[in-house]
Formats: sequence, C-alpha cells, structure tokens
Amino acid sequence: MSEINNLTFPKTLFYSNDHEWLKLNEDNTLSVGITDYAQDQLGDIVFVELPEVGKILNKGDELCTVESVKSVSEIYIPVSCEVISVNTNLEDKPELINKNPYDKGWLALVKMKDKSELDALLRKDQYMNMLKGI
Amino acid sequence: MRFFPHTEKDIAHMLENIGIDSVDRLFDQIPPETKIKDELNSTKSIDEFSLIKHFKELAGKNTVSDNHSTSFLGAGSYNHFVPEIVPFLSSRSEFTTSYTPYQPEISQGTLQSIYEYQTLICRLFEMEVANASIYDGASSLAEAILMATRITKKNRIAISATVHPLYRLVINTYLTPLECEIIELPSLQDGTINISKIENDKDLAALIVQSPNFFGCIEDLAMVNQTAKEHESLSINVFTEPMAYGLINSPGSQGADITCGEGQSFGLPLSFGGPYLGIFATKQKYVRNMPGRLVGKTVDKAGKPGFVLTLATREQHIRREKATSNICTNNNLCALIASIYLASLGGNGLQTLAKLNYDKSEYLKSALKKAGLKIPFVTPTFNEFVVDMGKNSKEKYNELLSKNIVAGLPLEKYYPEMENCYLMNVTEVISKKEMDRFVDEVAL
Amino acid sequence: MSIKTELSGLIFNEPLLWEKGKKGRSSFSIPERDVETFEFDENLKRDVPELPELSELDVVRHYVRLSQWNFGVDTGMYPLGSCTMKYNPKINDKLANIEGFSNIHPLLPEEFSQGCLEFIYRLSKCLIEITGMDAVTLQPAAGAHGELLGMLIISAFHKNKGEKRNKLIIPDTAHGTNPASATLCGYKPVQAKSNKKGILDKDVISELMDDETAGILLTNPNTLGLYEENIKEISDIVHAKGGLVYGDGANLNAIMGIVDLGKTGIDILHLNLHKTFSAPHGGGGPGAGPVCVKNHLEPYLPVPRVLYDGNKYSLDYDCPKSVGKLQAFYGNFGVLIKAYAYILSLGSENIKRVSQLAVLNANYIKEKLKKEYHLPYDKPCMHEAVFTDKFQQKYGISTLDIAKRLIDYGFHPPTIYFPLAVKNAIMIEPTETESLETIDDFIEVMKKIAEEAEKTPLLLKDAPHLSKTERLDEVLAARKPKLKD
Repeated sequence: MSEINNLTFPKTLFYSNDHEWLKLNEDNTLSVGITDYAQDQLGDIVFVELPEVGKILNKGDELCTVESVKSVSEIYIPVSCEVISVNTNLEDKPELINKNPYDKGWLALVKMKDKSELDALLRKDQYMNMLKGI
Repeated sequence: MRFFPHTEKDIAHMLENIGIDSVDRLFDQIPPETKIKDELNSTKSIDEFSLIKHFKELAGKNTVSDNHSTSFLGAGSYNHFVPEIVPFLSSRSEFTTSYTPYQPEISQGTLQSIYEYQTLICRLFEMEVANASIYDGASSLAEAILMATRITKKNRIAISATVHPLYRLVINTYLTPLECEIIELPSLQDGTINISKIENDKDLAALIVQSPNFFGCIEDLAMVNQTAKEHESLSINVFTEPMAYGLINSPGSQGADITCGEGQSFGLPLSFGGPYLGIFATKQKYVRNMPGRLVGKTVDKAGKPGFVLTLATREQHIRREKATSNICTNNNLCALIASIYLASLGGNGLQTLAKLNYDKSEYLKSALKKAGLKIPFVTPTFNEFVVDMGKNSKEKYNELLSKNIVAGLPLEKYYPEMENCYLMNVTEVISKKEMDRFVDEVAL
Repeated sequence: MSIKTELSGLIFNEPLLWEKGKKGRSSFSIPERDVETFEFDENLKRDVPELPELSELDVVRHYVRLSQWNFGVDTGMYPLGSCTMKYNPKINDKLANIEGFSNIHPLLPEEFSQGCLEFIYRLSKCLIEITGMDAVTLQPAAGAHGELLGMLIISAFHKNKGEKRNKLIIPDTAHGTNPASATLCGYKPVQAKSNKKGILDKDVISELMDDETAGILLTNPNTLGLYEENIKEISDIVHAKGGLVYGDGANLNAIMGIVDLGKTGIDILHLNLHKTFSAPHGGGGPGAGPVCVKNHLEPYLPVPRVLYDGNKYSLDYDCPKSVGKLQAFYGNFGVLIKAYAYILSLGSENIKRVSQLAVLNANYIKEKLKKEYHLPYDKPCMHEAVFTDKFQQKYGISTLDIAKRLIDYGFHPPTIYFPLAVKNAIMIEPTETESLETIDDFIEVMKKIAEEAEKTPLLLKDAPHLSKTERLDEVLAARKPKLKD
C-alpha cells in the first residue's frame, strides 16, 4: 500500500467518495474508472466484470465488479446514466487498471441523464483530503 | 489416554505460565447454568483391541458378504473391483491428514493430483472444465441446476422422470426455498425421456436428462441437448454409472452444457452410501459461475511450474452471500481415489472393462429372456436393466433373499405402475455361474 | 528441552500423469471374462478415452512422490485455526474399511444391513448426549451442507406457521459459509457487529431482531476464539420474536463435555466430524456435518430416519414434515465410522479432557507470544488465539510473510486473513494432541521469526525456501486460468 503522496490524481477529473474518477468529455459523455488509490488498495487486478452496453443505471447502482486474487469490489456509479461502451481490452489485460488507471484502464463510457449530478462530485483537493482522513 | 500427550508436570508448567491454578479456570467466563452438570458417563473408554471386536460384531450383523451371496443391486451405487494400489496409495497419510491446500507450497501433492483429476474428468466426459468435486451425484445435480438458474436468470426446470428418484428428491429439497418450478417429464414406452411436454417452452433454466438413466437405458443425449438449445435453456446431463462412458459417446461430444453425477464406480467402496464423489464439469464460458474448488497451473518465483487454488472469488470465503455455492469441504480424497483408479486403468483398460460390464449384463438379460421373463424396455442399456418377474414376484424375491441372492432393486416403491419390476445390475464382479444360478431360480 | 525440527532431504520432481507412461502399458488387472461378447451399436460407441497408459510401478511412484510434497498432521504441527487439525487415530481408518461395512450396498433390504443401521442409531445417541440436543441426522456431507439443512429447517418451520420471514442475523465474525448458506435458502443476511470485547452484545441483537427475521446464525466459541458469553440472552431475544437460533459447531473442540449446548438456547446445531471428532481432512474432504435439533424441530429432519423397535432397526421415509433429502443415501458413512470409533476410544470421561487440553494449549501459546505479536483481544481465549502483524508491519513484513517463513521451520502456517473482523489475522489452533515440546518449539520458532522480521526481513519476504515450490504466482493463475492440460 503506497503513501497517498506517491499516488496520482489528475486535476481535471471529478472524483467520488467510492474512489471512482469521472472525466467529462467534449461531447458531454463521461469516461469512468477507478482512482490510483483504489487500484493500489485492490492490488493486482485479475478480472473485471463489465456491464452490458445499453444498460440504464441510477445514481448509486453497481456499475461493475473488479476482482483481485482474494477480493471482489463492487464499483458504484455516482451519476444516473446509460452505458455507451465498455473497455473490452480489460478482458485480456485487467492489469491495465493497475498500470494506467486514468487512461488505458478506463472502465466504461456513459451518457449522463442529469448533468447537475456532477456538482455533487469531488475535485482533486477534496478527494485527497478525504483520503488523508481515512 | 494415548491421544493426549500431556503429563501432570506439563499441565502444571502451562498453568503456571498462564497464571492460573487449574484448568477449570479457563472456562470461568462460561455462565454456570449452561455448563454440563452431571458428567457424561454413557460410554467407557474402550481399548483398541476391544474396539476392533466391537466393530466386527456390529459389522457381522450385516449379513451379506462377498463370499456367501450374490447381489444384483445398482441404482446409484455399484459393486466394482478395486485394485489394491488404489486404497494403498490414497491412504498415505500425507494425503489423508492434510487439509484444503490454502498453503500451496506445501500442498503440491494434493494440488497436482486434483489438477490431474480435473484433466482426466474433462478428457473422459469431453468437457472443457471440471471442478475438484461436490459431495455426491445428487448434490452435484442440485448445484448444476442452481448454476443454470444463475446463468439464465430463469426459475423453472424440466427434469426427466427417468432421473434417479432419490436424486429427484434431493433436487426438490434444494429448490423448494427458491420457489423454483419443477416440471417432470414422464418417460416413453421404451424407457427413455419424453420431451413433448416442454414444446414451445422458452422459459426453462435447464433441461435435465440422465444417461444411462435409472432404468439403465442409454438416452439420446444429442437430441436432448439440441432440444435444450432450441428452447434457450441449458442442458444438464447427469449420470450415476460413469463406467458407461468408457464405452458410450460422452456428454461433451453430444453438446452438454453441464455434465454431473456420481463417481463412486471409480474406486470407491459401497460403504453403505458414502462418502461418494460428485463429479461436475461444464463449458469454459461458464467457469466463473461454477461451484466448487478449482486448481490451476502457474509458476513460482523461480519460474518452476506449480499448482494453486484459483478463481476463489466465486467461493464462500471471499464472495460470502454472493458465492456460487456454500461448499467449503468437498470430497477431495474421493477425487484422488478416482484419479488413481483411472490412472491405473488407462483409456484402453477403461473401454475393455466397460465392454465387459456391458457383456455381462447382456448375458443375464438374454438368459432371462430365454427363461421366459419379460424385459420391458427395448432401448440399449449399459450394465443395468429392468426385468419383469411376473406375478408372485414378491414371494420369489423374498425366497431368493433367504438363499442370499438379492434380485436387484424392487421398483414398485419408486414407480407404482411397475409393481413386478426389478432393476438388475451386473458388473465385472458377478460371475457367469452366479448368473446361471439366478436364472435357474427365476425361470418360468 | 524442546524438540527441534530440522529439515533436509530429497524432494523428487514428478511429471503429470500423461507425461509419463507409454501406449500399451497397463496397471489394471481386469477380472476374467466368462461370458461371450455381445454386439454394441457402433453409433453409440465412442473412441478410446484419452487417458494415460501407465504400468503399476509408474502409478505407485507417481502418487508416492506426490504425497511426499504434502504436509499433513502426521508430518508436523498444523495449527490451522477453525479447522481443528488434531491427530487422526489410525485404528479409525482401519475400522471404516472392514468387510461388513465397506462392502454394504445402501439399498440392501433392511434385514441385511442391521449392523449399519444399528451403528447409525448408536452414533446418533452419542452425539445427542455430547451436545445436549434432542435429535440428530447424520446425512449432511460437511459443515456447510449441515448449514444448508439448518436453513431449510428454519425455512420450513416458519412456512409451517404461515409466516414469511426473509432475513437472518449473522455476526461479522461468521465463517463465509454462513452467509452463503443463508442465501441458498433465499435469506438476506443482516450483519451484527461484535463489540469491543470481540463478542456479540444482546442490545445489538435486540435492535436487529424483528418479525421479518427468521433467526440468528452464530458460532460459539466465535471465530475470534472467544466464548459468546451472552448467548443465552441473545437466544431468548430471538425466541421471543419467534425466531430460531442456529449454532455453527465448527469450534466445538473448545467446549465439548463442558457446555450443554441445548441449555444455551440453540435450536439447531451442526457438527464437523472431520474437525472435532478426528476424522481425517483428506486434503479437503470428505467430511461429515451431522445436524442436531431440539425436539420441536425433529419432524423437519431429512429422510430417512433410523428407528428401533426394541428388536429391529429400520429406515423410516414416512416423515411428512421432513425438509427432504440432502444426499442420495444416508451420509458419509465411512467418515461416521471414524468419528464413532474416536468417541468410543475416548469414552465419556475423556470427552471433556479434549476441550480442556485444547483450550490449555491455546492459552499457553497466547501468553507466550503476546509480547512478540499483537494480540487484539488480550483476554482468555478458547481453543484458538488470534494475533495480527501489527508489530511487524513497520519492517514491511505482513501476516503472509510470517506464515510463509513458518514453512521453512517445518510448521504448517496458521489460518491467515480470517476472521475478516480482525485485520491481517493470524489464527492459531494447536488442538489437544500437540505436546508441550512441540508447542514450545512452535513458540520458539515464532519468536525467531519476529526477530528475523526486524533484522533480516528478506528471509521472510522470500520465504518459503525449502518447500517443493517457492511462492506461487496466484495472480497469473487468476488472470489466465489453466484448469486442465
């Protein structure tokens, strides 16, 4: 488990209390993944069970599960949305999440239902403060 | 007492280190009203010599032994010859006194043997992945059905009435709390499954057939499995006599989604019904939904090959209430026994032995026919078949018992319409002489 | 004086079965053919199965070598918490295999299997006496199987009263099979948190227990090795709202012959014969998980029941309230024999001794190691003691490293990372069959490892060094599962 100061949290992203990052794309879609802290806590990721494309999710629903050798973590989506696409590279290379959580290790691309739900999310400083409190 | 190594001095030393004056202090936190008041006193400690005598006396009250009697009983428990190396090797205490291989570095014996078992099962049944065992054939079938409901997200199953009646009782037990609807498919005149009842039913999680079925009849698995596919359900092929698959087309080659059943024939003694061996195999695409332990191949830090338990995130100790099953302890040693048995038989040996089983039971079948008895089902059978002993069959059956001949399993209890029918099983251990004697006794 | 365990010797490599052997070799002596061959439909016939062809010596060497890679109770101390790895008396194995037991078909007419039926009846009586319950079934194949039966009985009980209850209270310290078993019966597990003393508070249960809760599933002693002192009050609370109390008896080795489980308020209890009653673990099974119940639940037990009319024993399938059947036949009979032989060898007077010595051994270890290892609950434990790696973490050493280093000293590691309620748990259960010398040796080694953690941590991080393999890549095995050749 690494020190928080050794982990990365890009400024441009939104963060959730459950350690997801969300990136607002130009076309107003959201890319979703888990943070450097989350992947560090989970350890080597061995399997990801991604949602079906087209699935409709409410705020707080389970987006997918991420497995390490000895644990399973449910990843919850902090906004209501529809799943547009998923990162199928993770089927063969789940380790992308560990190596590149914000880029090649993205989980899903979603279309938001209500853009105002973004206001409830955290920015980098708020997220890091939350982590330091853990 | 020889199981307790402690001397009085040892105990005194330990008490001193703990800081108490008597062993009773260790139980002070237990509320006195829940403690046992009167000492347990129903049984006195028996020395080893007397223990053996006591057990032999009990065993002697089971008045059937190999030398003096002939039994044609099968029906899910089969009397096969077990070569000496099987119990010899499987009783090595490094195998018997170890536990689940959670520390793989010092459990490579168990782990490699289970990996080999998984492989042998896959090769025999021509399936893609097999687990490390379930408890017995019946519970194995129950787990298969639960798995099918999880995968298809449907809550109805169709099961042939020719599946072992005791297995169907176990299925009912497992499925009752989940309110799963069970549609029973009656059999045809020829003793095989009748699938007409599920015509157009696309709401089934699984279609279950047994082959060879309870009557010994070999079912058309290809047809059943194709039907399941057309009805958007999974096909489960169950068996009680795996010896058949040394000779008959495997469930995997006939398109089974899940193959499961009883492995007792592969080296396990009859032992009044247990412990037996639940065999379970399925397709690779369903592996994360499979119950039970799985052993996988990997390498160690030095790059040397080795084996570990894997895909444990399906199991209860990690997934808890979302696990694919609650199974923890399985029938590991029984799987080891089956491996040793199959390893010593080999592929050719298994086919030769299976053919011998087939020929012996065909001999009895044809001899009974010649003696005037009816064989109700024309479908080919493996080493079990049904014979109709005609009127007064019960008196005849009891008369034969008094001569130490068990004339198969009376079927009336399970199929009331079959009141004079008996399920006869013949394996390689029954001699021609015994069969001739039996035929003489029952000839019409 | 302590007995030192030193390791040396040859470890043979041994390929997989199909990597040895040659086509045409065989090791099976097939019984003679005394009948003619009959035609078999070619359309039904398969090709020869692809199984290896080995000579008898090939097979013997293969499995002898494999066995030598295994560590069993017969090899050395196996302090696996919650598993009760006690000595398995060899006479038990022999008795399970005598003619007259091993060759009896389960469907024989009852007059031919009176010995087996009497045996079941007698063992049932023994277990009832030991537990203080009223009736028992020997059918379940393992503890988890017994739990499933328990859930089925609870479900049937409430259904019979016309009630629909869908929740079950399960402590945070529960074994994973508990919530898994509950789910198999359609129950939703509701977690009850243990208090600072590591046991359940009756107020917590009082808050959770309602008319929709079917009951509670608890383990006593619990998986922290602590006695649930409030169990009677908790049972009363659950009963008052119409619920049932299920006892997971996996830890019976701590209180056998001392606690009358019937008096603690438990309605249903399962036992693990392969733990408490010395039947061998077999590398993962087979076990046996008998379930004992109070009188009011006897009608729900699975069929068949064994009856005795003073003269004959018989199987009774006429039990209208029975939940049904769990296995095709009557249970793991071969395992039951071993447990019965064990109970008779001990005799009633020694049943209590088992628990006394098991708890003594565990408390001795607890006292002797609490300086070197963090003890989250510094109070009298029962048959197992739970430590953590808190003191060693500052050297970058984890519970896993400590466990792996123990292997190099000839001990099987304790249970690690369970119970989940304790972070990085190390659960040590010596059992009563380990001698003072062996335990002192274990303590000395654990102290040495604590020292190594501080001074030469790499020895732990790279451990084990002396076993057949070094640490194995479980990540690779999970990412790219290879489950057969």
